[in-house]
Amino acid sequence: MTGRVIKYADNVSTDAIIAGKYTKTLDFQELAAHAMEDLDPHFHEKLTQRNIIAAGHYFGCGSSREQAPIALRTAGVACILAKDFSRIFFRNAINVGLCIAECDTDLIDDGDEITYVPGDGKVVNHTKSMEIPVLGLPQIMVDILEAGGLQPYLKSRNGSMEE
Amino acid sequence: MRGMTIAEKILSAHSGKAVYAGDIAFCHIDKMMAHDANGPIAVRAFQQMGGSRVANPEGLYIIMDHACPAPYERIANLQKMMREFAHAQGATFYEAGEGVCHQLMVERGHVHAGELVLGTDSHTCTYGAVGAFATGVGATDMGAALLTGKSWFRVPQTIRINLNGTLRSCCTAKDIILTVIGRLTAAGANYRSLEFYGEYLEKCPLADRMTICNMVVEMGAKCGFTCLPTWEIQADADADYSRVLDVNLDEIVPSVAKPHMVDNYAPVSEVAGTKIHTAFLGSCTNGRIEDLRAAERFLKGKQIAHGVRLIVTPASRGVFLQALQEGIVAELTKAGAVFFTPGCGACVGTHGGVPADGEVAISTANRNFQGRMGNSRAFIYLASPETVAVSCLTGYITDPRGMEGGSR
Repeated sequence: MTGRVIKYADNVSTDAIIAGKYTKTLDFQELAAHAMEDLDPHFHEKLTQRNIIAAGHYFGCGSSREQAPIALRTAGVACILAKDFSRIFFRNAINVGLCIAECDTDLIDDGDEITYVPGDGKVVNHTKSMEIPVLGLPQIMVDILEAGGLQPYLKSRNGSMEE
Repeated sequence: MRGMTIAEKILSAHSGKAVYAGDIAFCHIDKMMAHDANGPIAVRAFQQMGGSRVANPEGLYIIMDHACPAPYERIANLQKMMREFAHAQGATFYEAGEGVCHQLMVERGHVHAGELVLGTDSHTCTYGAVGAFATGVGATDMGAALLTGKSWFRVPQTIRINLNGTLRSCCTAKDIILTVIGRLTAAGANYRSLEFYGEYLEKCPLADRMTICNMVVEMGAKCGFTCLPTWEIQADADADYSRVLDVNLDEIVPSVAKPHMVDNYAPVSEVAGTKIHTAFLGSCTNGRIEDLRAAERFLKGKQIAHGVRLIVTPASRGVFLQALQEGIVAELTKAGAVFFTPGCGACVGTHGGVPADGEVAISTANRNFQGRMGNSRAFIYLASPETVAVSCLTGYITDPRGMEGGSR
């Protein structure tokens, strides 16, 4: 995918992505409406022009709430790049089919145009004319992401978890 | 065969082959826990994957704790959905007010050493206090586990933490774990297992081991164990640790995590005098009878400061009953505390104690992210029950050492 970047700093917590008071719902549009509410009041406005988040260290730290990647995906985020992620958020994002990758995001600024294709091993920063290497995923995560998330992955394998 | 850590042993035993840090393991799950906050999405994921009967209803616990009693109709309806699902599947169900899921799972004896446990809550890691590999997962992972009875794991590396020496008066398990988090940092154990060792763990109550295990996820850990020599499961002497950290308990002092990160460590002495508006005693970290007793020792026969609100939420009905029988509820209420239904509300910002704009909260819970307690314009300090209690007396963050009340 190709798009322009919304840049955030280190330690964006799941409480910042979607506050606990909004998580108790099965309506994903409602989650999306409150995404990043306290962290960035202009988040939804930015999303009309851009669809990739690049952040610093430890994006998604805190809760196991899958509502966090669901809120971002439903709001229109196509991909999240960070130096590293909290382990539960990382796994949840892949399980809901939200593209996610670890790379040196110091080389990406707010508004940069980038391309990332899962499996390519690199992010291309068109604005800065450079390629940024991406950390590889275990094969099962590549397979889940390619299937579009854990639900379609399991369905395609008749409900079998094993490789 | 190479020596194994506890995490490697449990994941090996549950995958049917020897696995080591970095390997991918497909494991059968002994116990699963889902609550009212994240359980509904897990149930829907299970159904969307074609599930009708869960793989292991005897090992499934569904617990209402995040918004109890239900504050508005939507939550009431989600809880109804979970209630009906538990009944239809033959799972064990705990009604709103029974307590915080993690307290109930341990208190009611549902988890044991050597077991592999998943929960829809990041603080599922608490069960490492009794020797279970227990970890928080998202709703889709839980849905898949309900369907298949299995999950996949990347076997974590392990950090070994040696707790040497003896805790001083008024210093607690909470001060230990806040200090360890300050040293390792909030991401310092990301995707790691932690093994804590030391004579201290053999002498302290289970409550204190739970406090320590509860907060390993605040360093990003997948699981943690407060290891006892009596457990059936033991790491091998030649197990491979990615790091070893020595902590001298004699040097632990009353501690806080300052706003808005859990590793923003300070000794209480450094922030003493900070004015507080609201205080929370409770949560899966510090809502047990030992914690309520500690607060009572400082508050009995006294009044909390004018302008301070103290909310006490016992971790379970059992804790609440015990506190009633010991007269603690009466003493704390006379001192000015307000009691709330056993559950998670104040900690997770659902209801039951939301701070106002610009206010400072001092809390015995485990997270102080901006907005955590329901207001992004409030400031949360995390501390021990002792520090929270004495701070309520003075109205300012206060070091419990030297205050009338003494040690556990």
